[in-house]
Amino acid sequence: MSDSITAPMDVIHEKGSSLWQDAWIKLSKNYLALLGLAVLVLLVVISLLTPWIAPYSYSAQNLDLGATAPSLQHWLGTDVFGRDMLTRIMYGGRVSLMVGFVATGVALVIGILWGAIAGFYGGRIDALMMRIVDILYALPFMIFIVLLMVVFGRNILLLFLAIGAVEWLTMARIVRGQVMSLRHQEFVEAANSLGLSQWTIIRRHIIPNTLGPVIVYTTLTIPSVMLLEAFLSFLGLGIQPPESSWGLLISYGVETMEEYPWLLVFPGIALSLTLFALNFLGDGLRDALDPRTSKD
Amino acid sequence: MFKFALGRLLQSIPVLLIVITITFFLVHSVPGGPFSADKAVPPEVIKALEAQYNLDQPVWQQYLSYLGDVVTGDLGPSFKYSGRTVNELIAAGLPATAELAFYAMLIALSIGVSAGVVASMRPNTMQDYLPMTGAMIGICMPSFLLGPLLVLIFGIYLDWLPISGWGDIPGDKVLPSITLGTAYAAYIARLSRGGMLEVLSQDYIRTARAKGLSETMVIGKHALRGGLIPVVAFLGPAFAGLLGGSFVVETIFQIPGLGRFYVQAAFNRDYTLILGMTVFFSTLIILFNLLSDMLAIWLNPKLRHEIQGNH
Amino acid sequence: MAILEVKELKVYFHTRNGVVKAVDNVSFSVDSGKTLAIVGESGSGKSVTCYSLLDLLPKPPAKIEGGTAMFNGSDLLSCSPEQMRHHRCNDIAVIFQDPMTSLNPYLTVGDQLIEPLIYHPNKDKRERRVEARLKAIALLDEVGIVDPVARFDSYPHEFSGGMRQRVIIAMALITEPKLLICDEPTTALDVTIQAQILQLIKKLQEKRNVAVIFISHDLGVVAGIADTVLVMCNGTIRETGSTDDIFYHTQNDYTKKLLAAIPEGAKRLQNRSDETQKIIQVDNLKTYFKNQSDSSNNPAKEFVKAVDNVSLSINHGEILGLVGESGSGKSTLGRSILQLVPNTAGTVRFKGETLTGLSQKQLVPWRRKMQMIFQDPYASLNPRMTVFQTLSEPLLHHGIADRGTVNAQVAQLMNEVGLAQIQMHKYPHEFSGGQRQRIAIGRAIATKPEFIIADEPVSALDVTIQAQILDLILSLVERHNLTMLFISHDLSVVRYISDRVAVMNKGLIVEAGETETLWKSPQHAYTRQLLKAIPLADPKSERLRMAGVWA
Repeated sequence: MSDSITAPMDVIHEKGSSLWQDAWIKLSKNYLALLGLAVLVLLVVISLLTPWIAPYSYSAQNLDLGATAPSLQHWLGTDVFGRDMLTRIMYGGRVSLMVGFVATGVALVIGILWGAIAGFYGGRIDALMMRIVDILYALPFMIFIVLLMVVFGRNILLLFLAIGAVEWLTMARIVRGQVMSLRHQEFVEAANSLGLSQWTIIRRHIIPNTLGPVIVYTTLTIPSVMLLEAFLSFLGLGIQPPESSWGLLISYGVETMEEYPWLLVFPGIALSLTLFALNFLGDGLRDALDPRTSKD
Repeated sequence: MFKFALGRLLQSIPVLLIVITITFFLVHSVPGGPFSADKAVPPEVIKALEAQYNLDQPVWQQYLSYLGDVVTGDLGPSFKYSGRTVNELIAAGLPATAELAFYAMLIALSIGVSAGVVASMRPNTMQDYLPMTGAMIGICMPSFLLGPLLVLIFGIYLDWLPISGWGDIPGDKVLPSITLGTAYAAYIARLSRGGMLEVLSQDYIRTARAKGLSETMVIGKHALRGGLIPVVAFLGPAFAGLLGGSFVVETIFQIPGLGRFYVQAAFNRDYTLILGMTVFFSTLIILFNLLSDMLAIWLNPKLRHEIQGNH
Repeated sequence: MAILEVKELKVYFHTRNGVVKAVDNVSFSVDSGKTLAIVGESGSGKSVTCYSLLDLLPKPPAKIEGGTAMFNGSDLLSCSPEQMRHHRCNDIAVIFQDPMTSLNPYLTVGDQLIEPLIYHPNKDKRERRVEARLKAIALLDEVGIVDPVARFDSYPHEFSGGMRQRVIIAMALITEPKLLICDEPTTALDVTIQAQILQLIKKLQEKRNVAVIFISHDLGVVAGIADTVLVMCNGTIRETGSTDDIFYHTQNDYTKKLLAAIPEGAKRLQNRSDETQKIIQVDNLKTYFKNQSDSSNNPAKEFVKAVDNVSLSINHGEILGLVGESGSGKSTLGRSILQLVPNTAGTVRFKGETLTGLSQKQLVPWRRKMQMIFQDPYASLNPRMTVFQTLSEPLLHHGIADRGTVNAQVAQLMNEVGLAQIQMHKYPHEFSGGQRQRIAIGRAIATKPEFIIADEPVSALDVTIQAQILDLILSLVERHNLTMLFISHDLSVVRYISDRVAVMNKGLIVEAGETETLWKSPQHAYTRQLLKAIPLADPKSERLRMAGVWA
C-alpha cells in the first residue's frame, strides 16, 4: 500500500497479461495447432498469388500429351486433356477456399446477429427466435440444397447462400447460449447497477466475452462448409466447369481412377490436408480459449 | 411420458407441412414441365400428358389435391417411370438404403464409442492421441474420397472385395458400409471422448472410486451412463446425415437404393418422385430426431421425472 | 491405540509453472474411536493430505514424494491396487464436501448404497442383493431418512442437500469402516442443517467406535467434535495438540490468527444511525418469478415467491444486517431494492422518492447513489477489463472524472481499498480472491454513493482475509458516511458489523431488531433455531450443546 498518492505519471505500472495473451501462450505450445495455422496461411497466400505463380495457364490444353504421371515438367501430372494438375489444383483451391470463407462469413453474420438478439433480450423474443431455429434445424437441408441447386441452376451466389443458410443455425445457438449465460453474470449485473446503457454493456462487457467461442466455431465451420461444397460439386450440383473446385476435380478423378490414380489422389490430398489443418487449428483454439484449462 | 411424446409428435406436423409446401412450390416454380426436356415430342402429346397428370390446373389446386393425397398415403404416380407409383418405387429402393444405413450406423457406433471411451481413460497419452488422430482423419476424408480410395486399394489393386452392387456378390456390402460409416464413427468417437471426459471429472466418479469399486465398474456403470448422452442426442442428426451420405455412396458403388434414385429424380424433374421422396425422407428424419431426443431425456432421471410431472 | 500413523508425508504437484509443495513433511496419528480435526485455509494442504492416503489424487500432476502411512500394519502409500481397493471398500471411507455432486444422478440411491457390499473385493465378504438391501434400508433409517423403504429407489435429485449428505454418510458406513474421513462435509450446507449433520456424525462415531478425521476451515465447527486438532498452513503443520490446548492455550501465531479471525462479538461503529431520516423504505414488496422447471399444472407452484410481502426501513447511517439461509430470498430482496430485478408488487422508496416502476433510463440518476458489492469475487469483475478500466468506467460514466483527472482518481480509489497503484493495468485473474473483492468494493464506492448493498461480500473468502475485508468495509462506511444493507448467511459476520438485524426465511422477514437484543432474546422460533445452530469456537460450550444441553 502506498502512503501518499504519487502523480500517476511518475509511477511505472506493471504490465498486465490479458486473457488473449494467455490464450496465445497456450496455443503456441500446441504444435499441431500451430502447424495447422501455418498450413492455412500458406494456402491462403498461394491461392491469392495463383494467377502469378501457377506454372501453366489454367486452360492450356495439350491433347497430344493426354494424361501423364507426375514428372519434372508437371509435378502432379496432367489430366486427360493434357492440363497441368498442379495448376488445376491451385485454381481449384482458390474456389474451394473462397466458398469456404464467404459462406462461413454469411453464416457468421446471420448467426451472430440472430443469437445475440435472442440471448440478450430473452423472454418472448428469445422464445420465438429459437423456435424458428428449432424448426429450421429439423428440416432436411441436404435434400433442400440438392433441390435448390437443381431447380435454380448452378449459380455460385446461390451456393454461398444455400450453404450459409445451413450453417448459421448452429452459430446462432452458440452465440445465444453464450450471451444468455453472460447476461446473468455478476459483472454484467454490476454494469447494470452502475447505470450503463444497454448498448454500452453489449459493447464493452458482452461482446468481448463472446468472441472466444465465436472464433473457435468459425474456424471449425470453414472446413464443414468446404466439405459441403465438395460434396455438392461431386454430385454435379455445385461448382460448374469451366470453373473447378477440389470437389469437382475429385469427381473427375474418380471417373478415371483405375488408369490415372493421381488424378484422384492429389486433389484428395489437397482437400484432406486443408480440412486437417483447419480442424487442428480449431481444436487448438478451443483448448486455448477454454477458461477451465487456464494457467492456474 | 406418452403425453409428452404425443405432444412432440403433433408439433412435428407443422414442420412436415412446411417441408412439403416449400418443396412443392420449389419444384413447380421452374419453367418447363417434366416433359419439356424430352426429345421431339409433339405439343399435342405434351398437352395430353399434362392433362393426364393434372398439370394444367392452377398450381394452388394441384397443391391442395396433393396434400389430400399425401394424407391418405398416396404419393402419386411417377412421371418418368410410367406405370409405376412413387410408393412402389420407394418400396423398391428402401431395403438397400435401409440396410446400408443400418450397417453404417452399426460400424459408427461400435468403433466410435469404443475409440472414444478408450481415449478418455488416459487423456493426453498415446491411448488418446492415436484413436483421436484416426478420428480426425475420418472426419477430414469425405465419403466421396474415401470410397474411391477404398475401391482402388481393396477392389482393384488387392482385389479382395467387390466394388459394386448390393447383395449380388458376397462381401459387396463391406466397402460401402465402411465408407458411409467412417465419418460418423469419427464424429461419434470425438463426442463420446468429450462426454466421458466431462463425466470423469465429476465428483461422483471420485466417490465411486473412493468406495473401492473396480475401474471397470467405475467406467462401465458410473461413467458411461452420463458420458454417452451426447452420442444418443446425436443419433437423430446422424441418421439425417446418413441419408444424405447415401446419395454419394450409392452413386459410387452402384447400389440400387433411394439415395441414387433421389439424385436422378432431381435431375429428371420427376415432380412426384421428388416430392414423394422428400416427404418420405423428412418424415423419417423427424421421427428419428424425436426418438433420439426422447431417449436422451429418458436417460436422465431428473429430466424424466420433470416430464412425467411428479416431484 | 493409533489406527493410522502418517510419517513425513510429502506430496508435490508438478505443474507447468513449477513444483507446488502441497504437503511438505506432515506427520500425525489418529487413535481408533477418536476424532482428529485438520484445520486450515484454502491451499493449506489439508484435503490433499487425506486424499493421498486413498490414492484419490490425479496422478500426472500429483506425486507422492515420500513418507509412510501405516494403517493396521500396511503402508497405504505403497500397497498394490488390489490392496488399495480393499482399503477403500472395507477399511477407510470418505465423505466429500459437496453433497449435490457427490452422488451419481443416473443411478438410484439404493443402487449406490449397496455397491460396496455386493461388489466387495473380498469374495468372502460379498453379500447378496437381498441382504444388502435390508442393510441399506436399516442404515438409511439410522441416518434419519424418513420412509427409507420407498427412498431406497429414489434418485439423488429427489433429495435436498442435507438429506443427500445423510445418504452419503450411510453409504460410507455401510461396510463398517474403521476410519472415516470427512472433507468439509458441512461447508456447503445451511447452518441449521450443518448442526444436525455434525450431531449425526458424532452420534454414529460413538456408536460404531469409528476413528474420524474431520477437515474444515472453520474452527467453530470442529470445536465440539474434535479430540485433537492439527493446524495446517501452506502444506506444513503449524501446531498440533488436544482441542482444549489449541483453543484455550495456544502460543502459536498462526493459530492465534485463525482464532482471532472468527468474528467474535462486535466491532460495529457506534451512534451513526439517524432514525429520523430513512434512506430506504420498503413496503409490501413482492418479487415473484415464473417457475421454469415445474410442468405440473399446480397453481400453487406456478411462481417462485422469492420475496413475499416484505416491509422494512433502513435509517440513514446505519448498517442493517439481513440474515437467512439459502433460498430465503435475501439476495433477491437486495436486488429488488436496487431495481436490478423487477418488483412484482409493493414499493421501494429511496429518500422518499419511489423507485418501483421507473424504467431503466429513469433510474440512471439514482444509480449513482446506490451501489452493490457482489458475492463472487471471480464473477463480479469483467475478466477482459483491467483494474483501471473497471474502476474508471463508473467515474467517467457519471461525470465524476474526465479524461484528464481519471488517472489520479483511480489511483486514489485503489489506495483507499488497499491496492498497490502499480497494479492498475493488470487483469482480474492476476489477483487473489481478497484483492479482487477490494477492486469490486472500489468500484462500488467510486460514484460516492449514499447507500450500498453488500451481498455476501466475504462468504467466498478465506477466514483471515474475511476479517481484513470486513474491517475495510467498516472503515469505508465510516469515512464516507455510508448506509449499508449487509446480507449474509453467516450470523457471526452479521453480528460483527450490523447495528440492526433482520432475519429472513422463505421470502418473509420473521424478526428484526437491535443486534444485541436479538442475540440475547430472540422472539421468533426460526431465529432461535438459527442462533442455536451457530458453531462457536469454544469447545466446552460446544460439547454441551452437542450433548443436547442448551445454555
